[in-house]
Parts: sequence; structure tokens; C-alpha cells
Amino acid sequence: MSLYIDKIKETAERLLKDGSVDMVIGFRKGSVPMMNEPCFIQKPQEVHQLVWDSNCGINLANYLTDRKEKIAVVAKGCDSRNIVNHIVENKIKREKLVIIGVPCTGMIDKRKIAGMFDKPIDAVTEDGDIILVTSAGKETRLNKTDVLQENCALCIHRNPVIYDELVGDLIEEQTGIDRYAEVRRVEAMSPQEKWQYFEDLLSPCIRCYACRNACPLCYCPTCFVDESRPQWVGKSQDPIDTRTFHFLRAYHCAGRCTDCGACERACPVGIKVRQFTSKLNRDCLEMFGWEAGLTLDQRPPLDTYKPNDPNDFIK
Amino acid sequence: MKVISIDKTEWANGIEKTKSIYRLFGPVKENTWHSFMPLGPGEQPDMAYGNSRLSPKFLVHPQTEPMFEYNLDEKQADHHVLKEIPKDVSPKAIIGIRPCDASAFLLVKRNFDTPTYKDPYWLTAYNSLTLIGYACNQPCSTCFCTTAGCGPFHEEGLDAILVDAGDRYLLKALTEKGEAYIQSAGWATSAPSDADQSIEKLKSTAEKAIASHVSTDKLRNQSTTQLYDAPFWEEIAFSCINCGTCTYSCPTCWCFDIQDENHGKCGVRMRNWDSCMYPLFSLHGTGHNPRGAKAHRVRQRFMHKLKYYVDKYDNGIQCVGCGRCIRLCPVNIDIRKVCNQMNSYDPAACVCPV
Amino acid sequence: MQNPYLPYPVKIDEIITETEDKNLKTFKFVFINPADEQKFAYRAGQFAELSVTGKGEIPIGIASSPTEKGFVKFTVNKVGLVSSFLHNMKVGDVMGIRGPLGNSYPWDVLEGKNVVIIGGGFAFTTLRSSIIYMLDPVNRPKFRDINVIYGARTPGMLLYRDELAAWERRDDIHMHITVDATTDPDWKYNVGFVPTITEKKAPQADSDTYAIICGPPIMIKFTQPVLDKMGYGHDHIIMSLENRMKCGIGMCGRCNVGKEFVCKDGPVFTLAQLNTMPKEY
Repeated sequence: MSLYIDKIKETAERLLKDGSVDMVIGFRKGSVPMMNEPCFIQKPQEVHQLVWDSNCGINLANYLTDRKEKIAVVAKGCDSRNIVNHIVENKIKREKLVIIGVPCTGMIDKRKIAGMFDKPIDAVTEDGDIILVTSAGKETRLNKTDVLQENCALCIHRNPVIYDELVGDLIEEQTGIDRYAEVRRVEAMSPQEKWQYFEDLLSPCIRCYACRNACPLCYCPTCFVDESRPQWVGKSQDPIDTRTFHFLRAYHCAGRCTDCGACERACPVGIKVRQFTSKLNRDCLEMFGWEAGLTLDQRPPLDTYKPNDPNDFIK
Repeated sequence: MKVISIDKTEWANGIEKTKSIYRLFGPVKENTWHSFMPLGPGEQPDMAYGNSRLSPKFLVHPQTEPMFEYNLDEKQADHHVLKEIPKDVSPKAIIGIRPCDASAFLLVKRNFDTPTYKDPYWLTAYNSLTLIGYACNQPCSTCFCTTAGCGPFHEEGLDAILVDAGDRYLLKALTEKGEAYIQSAGWATSAPSDADQSIEKLKSTAEKAIASHVSTDKLRNQSTTQLYDAPFWEEIAFSCINCGTCTYSCPTCWCFDIQDENHGKCGVRMRNWDSCMYPLFSLHGTGHNPRGAKAHRVRQRFMHKLKYYVDKYDNGIQCVGCGRCIRLCPVNIDIRKVCNQMNSYDPAACVCPV
Repeated sequence: MQNPYLPYPVKIDEIITETEDKNLKTFKFVFINPADEQKFAYRAGQFAELSVTGKGEIPIGIASSPTEKGFVKFTVNKVGLVSSFLHNMKVGDVMGIRGPLGNSYPWDVLEGKNVVIIGGGFAFTTLRSSIIYMLDPVNRPKFRDINVIYGARTPGMLLYRDELAAWERRDDIHMHITVDATTDPDWKYNVGFVPTITEKKAPQADSDTYAIICGPPIMIKFTQPVLDKMGYGHDHIIMSLENRMKCGIGMCGRCNVGKEFVCKDGPVFTLAQLNTMPKEY
């Protein structure tokens, strides 16, 4: 990790100094444990702020759109796939971007770790694959693999798919991962069970829209939940409206979601938002052999029509 | 007022007794966090808690509150005329509310209870509440209440304060409402004469345990327009994703929207929480938005809490230091940092980038 | 406790299409409960929330004058959900009015003074209220010279055209009506933008002369320097702001400009006040 940090700083400094970019978007150290804050650096002498560790889960592709500057961005596997999405969807221009690729070994799940301790967590540091948690004055060693965000544990695209600079050697991708066990578990439920499951899943939602706003895919100028003419969705705490929001948002992300986990990570009330997107990701994989954000040469399947598109759903 | 001593074995029984008079709400553990929930028969507040994940403000200012009902059927008498919806004024008590959250009600009251207008919904709900506070022996690392006009043993805004003194609770009534609640629980054992000292000692330990602080002394004298034009907003706002997490979790954020929702020929005019983080919040019908950019909205949130409120009421900042926004912000925007930046801002020393 | 969110029920008594683009209609309302009219005692410059049951509320300046009895009038521009729905409503329909809200033009200060009214486009509604109020036989002696500069894009876009013409014929009010441009050969008034006409027609500043300006941002932007040049002090320039509103009573938090709520502390501010506030409107 520390090698990554040095390389990120060195690259950022070089790009800023030689004028290749106007700003570098990366992470700086957060003010609370297990949080880093997305930041922009415009001066070479400020690159020391940049950090990299297992708390860089926010998807930086979210910060690249609607900007005029030439930008260098620190990008892990999922970020790079969302950058590809953005390029394909004409949200950003490839030539205005320098991608500093980071081979990623996964981000840790702050909620899971917090749940493992009775007392508040005072500090979290890491040493390779070991996460050191200090709570109530006591240090506990955890294996990083045991406390990864779920999407990271299931990730098979840890290396950036597109980059101009690389801060470390590409790493071996995980193989033999059963990525859709959860999807199958929900699919196996009866309609009544499923309904109850979704209802329970969404009951804590406060409609803060952190999931939507943390998602790089959700860039609509006016989201359908905010439209007033016509008003598609009520604005209250009515479960029907909450459900409508989550379901429709998920469908809007079908074939575009990279399972970066930003939605789930951002949710202040811990809703497993990925339960919806994972299902659609799996369907896209099975029906179209498609995974989002892997290629610049093809548009997402729900964006295009092919005569041989699967149509088994038409009964 | 006098201090009552409650043996912890008598606690649950007393709580149970009060349910014949009060509808109770208290901290309940759900998975790894706590929420304020109604306490039905046999249900007890979980007193082994730090603070609830979301603030208990919803008990006074629900996220969705029906205001009026109407019918749109022209065959009905009084069609299209709004009618008030009766509100529950029966006594309710929140057990174990933290001093910061109770104090927050007082800050918010300045907005809803003004010489010109009284908000009937907020006031009715607030007035029906008895707040049995729970002093914080072990504040958490993101708490900064002591420098936000509050404190772990802060009494203002509470009707009674409960202190965990090991094998027993010490309970001090602070208002008549608090006295009435204690009476209904049947707790009557006077605490030993040194109870006040024990409380003082716990209080001072707790206050010392608060490790994070904000400086607010210069905010009042800062020029509004200079702070507004300060160069740091762009940087503070950069990481913000404009979600409503900070505002919805905050005990002192009160902004709301009013909406009509129709179901067939009937409907309800209701109010829902709203957030200054949302572009729609201030969007004009013409399409013009005075707070059209993300940085404008972030600035509005902090300026409101730390400058406009300070100036409007001359009664400190609109923040009690509960730290929820710090803990829950998905991108780690930290109000402590922003507050200190605003407080120490010196326009003369500022070398503007432009 | 009186519920400040509860509108008075009213019936639409008359609807007048004001402008050639048909985007502005004046609605005349009568209170269903006659006693409510007393409760709705207002001053020129205040606004109200028009409550269209089932759709929502919109804050609209009161266009009628407190001296006109038996009804209240609002001129509504068709922009959003509620105003569009309102434009399709009919005489006899029932809805609500909540108010009066906000401060008003500072009538205590204006008494005994010269008043210059500068308006543009459809922002002439509370100015109409003010003119009717000042021209009322009881009130007219309380004011000295009254000048009105009012402009619109074309003659067909001027509000209250019959009244404008009637005021033109009076000698106790100096009207300076103007349009940006016109092909109408019979147009007998001014042609030119409001700032230009202001420069030509407005009286020179003195400590007894106040200007009230309402209009689109672009008009205000170019009129203000004109008034500056003519020597108007910023505490003698009075403006009415607009911001998105919901509650209208300073509680819902969205319309603030700095620490002031446009709905409750405003909408009327002097330019001197606005100079100390962020430009967030």
C-alpha cells in the first residue's frame, strides 16, 4: 500500500508539474476511522495529501463529469469501469483524462467492522493483509479478507481496465468466485417471501438518496423521483414510493452497474442496495454475456437492439 | 431539585408502570445500531447504548406528517376545502434521550415557535413530550457537544436527567413534567446526600473525555458576505454528493416540503422533510436556481447552522455537537473542520486564487 | 392555536386573461366565509399562498388593493405544476388562500414622500396594488408626486391595460408606460427599455423621494445604476424579492437570503439591506 501511495504522489506531482493536467482527483485522509475523503489537488506541493488504503471505497468516476479541467484520476478496478461507462455514454472525453490505475485488493466494510466491537472504534490501520483495529484501548488484528465489502470479496475485476499510469504491478484476479449466490437465494423465494424480504430490506430507508447520489450512473439532470410534471413518485415515507424509487433506480442501472458498492457504502442506514443491482447484473451476464464497463467499443445491451437479443421472456 | 436513587433492579418495573399514563419511546437495538422506538408492554429501553443512529427529532417532526385532508368530489359538501387532521396530544415520554438531542429541540423551537407564527404540529408534539434524559458517561470520539453549547450532562431541554452510577441510577427531576413522570414510576428513594457530588464527578470525567472541539467565538463578528464569498467553499464541497444524510440525521435540521397527495377523490396535504442539499429545494418555477451549484448548497447548510442562525437568534450555533453527520456522511465532510475554518476565517489574510 | 397553514376557502369569481401570450391571468376570488375577508386584512406589497387543493400552493403577490373590498385579486404567470393547473380552473371553482404573508412596502416611511414606481413585465402586480392604494381618495393626500414607469416587451404584454390608460388620463399620477418595441402605429406611449425611460422620466433624487422597483433580474440590473447615477440612496430604493417558498411563514427553510427569510422578513427589502446580504435570489 505504501508503495502505491508513493507512486500516486509521484505521478500526481509529475502530471501537475508538466502541465498534463489541471487537477488530480484522489483521496485524502479522513477525519474518522475507515473513512477517506475524495479531494482534488491543483498544486504539485499539495500532493502529499493524497493517500491510498482500504478505505478508498467511494467511486471517483462520480467526480469527473461536468468539469472543464483536464483531470488525472486515481482509479481502482471499479472506478475504471465506470470511467469506461462515462466515456461510452459521452459524459466525459477520454482525451481530457489521465487515469492513474490502482490494482485493488478490496475495500474494507466499515459497518461490518464496527459491528464486531461493542465500543466505538478509535483507530484502524493496516499492514498488508492485516487490519489493526483499536477499540476501547485494545488492539485487534483482523484478516482483511474477512472484513471486505461484499462487492469487493466477489470482485473479479480488481485491476483497472483502462489506464495511462499504473501505480503497481497488475494483480492476479480472483477466480472461482460464486458471485451470485445471494441472487439465487432471493430468486428461490416464493413471491410472498420475496415481497416480505424486499419490504424488510427497504423499511429503514429515509429517502436521503445517498445511494443514488453516490452512484456514478445516476447523473440524470432531474431524477424521476424529483420530477413534478408528471410526478411519478410520492415524496412521503409511503413504502410504495420508497420501493418504486429503489426498483426503478436499479432497472435504470441495468447493464451499466459495475458493482462498485458505492450505493451500499453510502447508505446511512445500511440497506443492502446491491441486492437489486446484483440481480440485474447477473441477468445481463446470463442473457447478453455482458459485464459493464469492460470495453470502450460496445454500448450496454439495454442501450442497443440486436435481432438476436434474447426474447425468452415473451411468453 | 431533589435526586432520586433507583436500584437497577427497580428500573424496569418503574418504566413499566409509567406506560399506563405515557406512551413511551426509547432506544432499541436493531442489528448493530440503536433507534428510538415505541416501547410496548414488557419492552424496555436498551440503556447500554451510545446514541441512536438517527436523531429522535422524528418524534416531534416526523419525516412525513399529514397536515390536512380534503376531498375533490364536487358532489360532496366542503369539497376542495382543507380540514385539519386531529393530532395525538396524549402524554408521551422519551426515555434515555441524550442531552444533545433534547437540547436540539430547544434550538429548533426558535424556528417553530415565533412571536408571529406558531407551528401547531411541531408545538403540539413537543408539548406532549416528557424528556427523560440520559447523561453520557462515555461520549464517543465524534462528539463535540461541550463546545457546541451543550454537554454530556447538559440539563437544558430535559425534564429529568438520569445518571448511570454503576449499580444504580441517579435521577434528577428538572421540571414539573419530570417530577410527574418520576412519580408515575413510583421511584421515591432519595439519593444519599453525596449524590450531587457523584453526579458532578461523573460529569467532569465525561466532559474531559470529549476529545474533539469546535471554535465558535468569532462567528458572530464575521461579515456574512465575506464568509459567503470565502474561497474555501469549493474545496469543502468538492467531495459532497448532495445526499440528504447529514440533514436527515441531524437533530437540529428542520427544513420541510409541503405536498398534496391524492388518492382517488380524496387527498392529504402533508409535509415531508426536505434538505438544502437537494437542487429542487430552492429551484424557481422559471428554472433559475439561486443555489444551483453543489458548492452553493453545501455553503447554505453550513452558513445556516454556523452563521445565519447565530446572527438571527444570538443564541449560539444551530448544532449540538452530536456528531451524527460526521459519522454518517458517505464522503467524510466534517462539520468540526468547517466550523473552525469559518470561525478563523480572516478575509484580509486570504490570498484569493483568482 | 391558530393553524397558519390552513387556507381560507375561496371561490373563483372572475378570470381575466391579461396578456397576448395568454400566460398571465388575473383571478378574482371571493371568500366563502365572509368573515375571512376581515382576517385577510393586508397591505400593498404582501403576498399570499394560493392553495389549489390536490395540487399544492404557490406564493403570489396580492394584486388587489386593501382599498378594494369584497374580493382579492392575483395575477398568476403560468410556470409550474400549480399555476398551470390554476390557469385551467373555472369561475366558481373552490380553492384556498393563505395569508396575507410577508412584510409590505414601507407605507409608514412612504407617507408624505414622492414615490417612483418602476416595474417591468409581469412583476407589476403588487405595484398595481400600491397604485390603487395611493390613488384612493382617502390616501392620495398622504403622498406627494407619484411617478410610474412601467414597461413590457410589447403593448400586448402589459398588465392591466385599461387601468393604465385610465391612470394616464389623471393628473395626480405621472405615467410613463413603455414597450421594448412595437409595430403598432397607434402606440402613443414610450418605446424603450425601462432603464432608459427611467433615466429620462424619473424625478431627480432627494431625501423625500423613494423608488420601488419590481421586475425581471435583467431590468433591475440595468435600472439600479441609473438610479445610482441620479443620486438615489440605497436606503431609498425599495425592492421585492422572489424565492422558492413553501410555508410562507419563515419555517420551512428554503427561501432564505442570508439570515432573512424572503417570505417572512421580506419580500420587501431596501437596496441598502440587500447590499449586506448574499446575492442568493
